[in-house]
Amino acid sequence: MTEIFGVPTQALFGQLLIGLINGSFYALLSLGLAVIFGLLNIINFTHGAQYMMGAFAAWFLLNKLGLGYWWALLIAPVMVGITGVIIERLMLARLYKLDHLYGLLLTFGLALIIQGLFRHEFGSSGQPYAIPKLLEGGTNLGFMVLPNYRAWVVVFSLAVCLATWFVIEKTRLGSTLRAATENPELVRAFGINVPRMITLTYGFGVGLAALAGVMAAPIYNVSPQMGSNLIIVVFAVVVIGGMGSIMGSIVTGFALGLIEGLTKVFYPEASNTVIFIIMAIVLMIRPAGLFGTAK
Amino acid sequence: MKFKRSLIAAAVATLAGTAHAQISDGVIKIGVMNDQSGIYADLAGPGSVVAARMAVEDFDAANKGMKVEILVADHQNKPDVGSTIARQWYDVDKVDLIMDVPTSSVVLAVNQITREKNKALIVSTGATADLTGKACSPNSIHWTYDTWALANGTGNAVVKNGGDTWFFLTADYAFGHSLEQQTEAVVLKNGGKVLGKVRHPFPGSDFSSFLLQAQASKAKIIGLANAGSDTTNAIKQGAEFGIVRGGQQFAGLLVFLTDVRALGLDKAQGLLLTEAFYWDRTPQTRAWSQRFGKLHKGAMPTMAQAGVYSATMHYLKAVEALKSDDGPRVIEQMKNMPSDDQVFGKGRVRQDGRHVHDMYLFEVKKPAESKGEWDYYKVRATIPAEQAFRPEKDGGCPLVK
Repeated sequence: MTEIFGVPTQALFGQLLIGLINGSFYALLSLGLAVIFGLLNIINFTHGAQYMMGAFAAWFLLNKLGLGYWWALLIAPVMVGITGVIIERLMLARLYKLDHLYGLLLTFGLALIIQGLFRHEFGSSGQPYAIPKLLEGGTNLGFMVLPNYRAWVVVFSLAVCLATWFVIEKTRLGSTLRAATENPELVRAFGINVPRMITLTYGFGVGLAALAGVMAAPIYNVSPQMGSNLIIVVFAVVVIGGMGSIMGSIVTGFALGLIEGLTKVFYPEASNTVIFIIMAIVLMIRPAGLFGTAK
Repeated sequence: MKFKRSLIAAAVATLAGTAHAQISDGVIKIGVMNDQSGIYADLAGPGSVVAARMAVEDFDAANKGMKVEILVADHQNKPDVGSTIARQWYDVDKVDLIMDVPTSSVVLAVNQITREKNKALIVSTGATADLTGKACSPNSIHWTYDTWALANGTGNAVVKNGGDTWFFLTADYAFGHSLEQQTEAVVLKNGGKVLGKVRHPFPGSDFSSFLLQAQASKAKIIGLANAGSDTTNAIKQGAEFGIVRGGQQFAGLLVFLTDVRALGLDKAQGLLLTEAFYWDRTPQTRAWSQRFGKLHKGAMPTMAQAGVYSATMHYLKAVEALKSDDGPRVIEQMKNMPSDDQVFGKGRVRQDGRHVHDMYLFEVKKPAESKGEWDYYKVRATIPAEQAFRPEKDGGCPLVK
């Protein structure tokens, strides 16, 4: 068997595929952050908590209402998205005129409160959530067993990411949105309700986080702190990709998943720092991020 | 001149003597320090505080004229945070005893500070067997279990059932290293082989890469030298990658009742695990646990929480006998009298600070066998106190002569 640095190539393929799967979570989460930052100029630190709420919404739908995974995929993002809309209307909307820092502090505080409430109610060790019947089991690819559910995660999140990119960059709705953030007064002069548009955008970004949460529920423990570690990594992804760049966040999400996967093979102890090392290097060479444009 | 100096010394000694023969500031202050909000919060956390309060109540401290106060702090599993709290407690808040302290890296730091300040520490949730080995101290007692006992209980049982090739998935900090090393020794001693190991960041969430490496090693047993949600996530994700279907098995080296609950019985069934306590083992433990449940949202206690109860009880008995809460003297007194309570039964504390009592090898029930919400374990074997822990002479503790 051929080897690369003492690791059989077959094992390496497996690890790359795993990296891609993790990358799809990074991509989906950083996409939501990028949409919110790009269009609202808010650094949404609540994102991790909203991801967690998505997973809990799925758990709640299953255990209290008997609605399974597929319904959760549809309903949970809407439920959590609505809470996002309420947060935007009641709180964030008052901060747009102020410095970024205020939005960051508010959303960070909210994240702590939400996590605290869930911990108080559900404890910290997590709730079980099963993989949907249809996607149980795995497919033997020769070099590894690929769990069907994980294959679904990659395909589905890639589809969602590309659809979002398409809507924002290529459609009329997207161009109005982008125009509204560039110059709200002018767009309002065309008779477009800018504040409502911004509210819905925030709701959409939050919905994306919740969607990632539903997809994560069968893989990770559904626990209140599931988002708090992830959010830091996802922020690094957004910074590396370039704050607010939609395509940047998608590509970087998948790419960093791959790099992290490789680190886990060659030097596992560094696997949770490698992303930050890359972030430091990128910031030194291209302060606006790989895909960002300096303003 | 010489005479004057010795007079002063004598006076100081008398003063110190009288100060020792009583409860400092009239209050016995017990500080429960653990993870109140992170991955170890359910297995110890607020439940440990409930257990400590129950002990104070059952001891009937108020009627015995002893004033006991319980303080709580969250060390967030960080050694620097834990050290700061310990110093603040000993120096400013006049805490007499620090109790519980999960996370081996934190407890080793607190152990050092306790010795420096000459106070008392009783460890229930912290696991590293170094506490009664090279890091042993006249100020500390290790109450509930340790990495050696886990390795000895679960490791032995698994190897004897034919699991003779191992791959370790280890949490990359003091606890994981210590558990891995001691289990490896048990495996080798029984004629088994270790085919590989990988150290994952703590706390981790995605274990799939490591699981693939474990799978590729073809080891019969994947030993999980980690705890809490690290263990449950690894088992949960292992099911996805067909680890068990492929003929490999997990050995959870430290699994708490709350972890089994988080996994669900369909994923956890058949796991072998070593614990010091299970709520449904005897009528006494059942009665006590149900009282605990009423005070803690219906949850049954883990061995870590039960250990806090049992240890607090023994500590208070020692303080009562000694009529003093002076750290090292109470610890000495605890070693001099046998322990006995409704939760842990009979036991004793050795010179190295190890509390020895029976340990149990449990097997997690199949979903069909479980009759109630918390009905999870059946007893596979009782490991007698004298065999359950590392022999005193092998630990390398300087206190053992």
